[in-house]
Amino acid sequence: MNNIKANRLKDQIFKYWGIACTLLGLVLLAIFIGSILIDGLQRIDWDFITSLPSRKAERAGIYTALMGSVWVLVLTTLIALPLGIAAAIYLEEYAKKGRLSSLLEVNISNLAGVPSIIYGLLGLEIFVRVAEMGSSVLAGSFTLALLILPIVIVSTREAIKAVPQSVRDASFALGASKWQTVARQLLPASFGGILTGVILALSRAVGETAPLIVIGALTYVPFAPESPMDEFSVLPIQIFNWISRPQEGFEVNAAAAIIILLLITFLMNGIAVFFRNKWQKKLG
Amino acid sequence: MRKIKEVFIEKSLLTSALITILVTLGIILVLSVEAVNFFKEVPIIDFLTDTQWTPLFTDKHFGIMPLLSGTLLTSFIAIAFAVPVGLSISIYISEYAPRSFRKSIKPALELLAAVPTVVYGFFALTVVTPFLQSFIPGLSGFNSLSAGLVMGIMIIPFVSSLSEDALHAVPNSLREAAYGMGSTKLQNSFRVLVPAASSGIIVSIILAISRAIGETMIVAIAAGQQPRLTMDPTVPVETITAYIVQVSLGDVEHGSLEYRTIFAAGITLFIFTFLLNTFSYKIRKKFREKYE
Repeated sequence: MNNIKANRLKDQIFKYWGIACTLLGLVLLAIFIGSILIDGLQRIDWDFITSLPSRKAERAGIYTALMGSVWVLVLTTLIALPLGIAAAIYLEEYAKKGRLSSLLEVNISNLAGVPSIIYGLLGLEIFVRVAEMGSSVLAGSFTLALLILPIVIVSTREAIKAVPQSVRDASFALGASKWQTVARQLLPASFGGILTGVILALSRAVGETAPLIVIGALTYVPFAPESPMDEFSVLPIQIFNWISRPQEGFEVNAAAAIIILLLITFLMNGIAVFFRNKWQKKLG
Repeated sequence: MRKIKEVFIEKSLLTSALITILVTLGIILVLSVEAVNFFKEVPIIDFLTDTQWTPLFTDKHFGIMPLLSGTLLTSFIAIAFAVPVGLSISIYISEYAPRSFRKSIKPALELLAAVPTVVYGFFALTVVTPFLQSFIPGLSGFNSLSAGLVMGIMIIPFVSSLSEDALHAVPNSLREAAYGMGSTKLQNSFRVLVPAASSGIIVSIILAISRAIGETMIVAIAAGQQPRLTMDPTVPVETITAYIVQVSLGDVEHGSLEYRTIFAAGITLFIFTFLLNTFSYKIRKKFREKYE
């Protein structure tokens, strides 16, 4: 009898332990966001967003870094999106089971696990040096595009896989070719799922710091980039730069810039979740 | 005509897929070419056995061990924190929590993985380190403890989400059998479900380790930049990734020995994560066959 009681007690204790663990991460995140808001919120105003970087903390702004991030994000999308979706369509609809497709599959799963800084080394040799792009927006975008490619491919495949087989059968029965089926049935039907994956991948790209530091993105740029070949900085690098400075004022700047970066990241995640829910309802 | 178009489209789609293989080959090629150049000047035996890493000083030493020990130390702290917590979360969510709670808590936890790492670095440096200093006297401003713990917070969702999927995939008949024998949820979880889902849980842990080893910004900001062969979590260390960042921020001439050190460090990192990823992929394949 005693044994049963002891077991029930242990069970109860574990339940509360489980709740505590689950809340731990979220509470820490809340503490963290709270402390950042206290530090940084007072610093955010229109001037902070539209000012150029400066050696004086109270006059410095994030304009050039923010514009750099926008440039990189747009170009990364333009490169990674067609490539990733095309590769996913091939793997999901065209590839026959065999050596090649299993090689592609192992390879993509491996690429997803390669540390981001290694992509930086790749970009430094291939895009910056061999392709002679220099430490430009374009070199940075190519590097990040390769980094998010596995994520885009995996999520696109899942979205296409979720389209019921009956849609394909119906399309073929009406005499459509394979590509017509893909372009007119499968892609529109999986659009919501693909969009979710792409936005999540881009939200990862917008927060990446290390690979861009490695390819030589600047920590201080006096002007916003005006073409893909211009040198650039991005928001996370600006934050890193401010964190590494000893003066008090820059810590406040870093906190303020982090609020902006988190706002962008969470907004993108929110939009992605919104599309996912909408799409899943439609599909179900 | 239509046939030609179809074939052309298929070939272009195939080309896109093949680019992913090109990326892997590119990574291996770039890392090995520069590393081979590096090892022409620095004997590989020095690289593996020297206990000092000082390529940027006048008295140059090229022993990877201090960087490796920094990497392993911070990763170990992160894993020691994230695995018990993450596993407990996965068991709680999968076996104890009400269904509605499960639906809302998973995306919330995944938010932890969505926060950019540079932000976690700031958190470690400005919040966690001062907090730890309040009760660990002699804790340096840069240390592997704080960086490791924050890295642990970041990888909690990797462990909890994948482990939860694995637990969830265990057939219900096993649960029912265990309850039928009169076991509590706790006994059921640890004696039946965790062993049954062990391959999935192991995969989640391996992926978390691989994540921790390759993590850059948190350690570059909070763990310091002093390569040091130590297992003391209170002093500054430097990881492989932090070293690459440190060199990249400075003015290092292309083709110089210093420039090549980051590729030698990079290939070491790549070999570690490659082995871990391949291993986890193998287990995952086996695991899939078991349940599908």
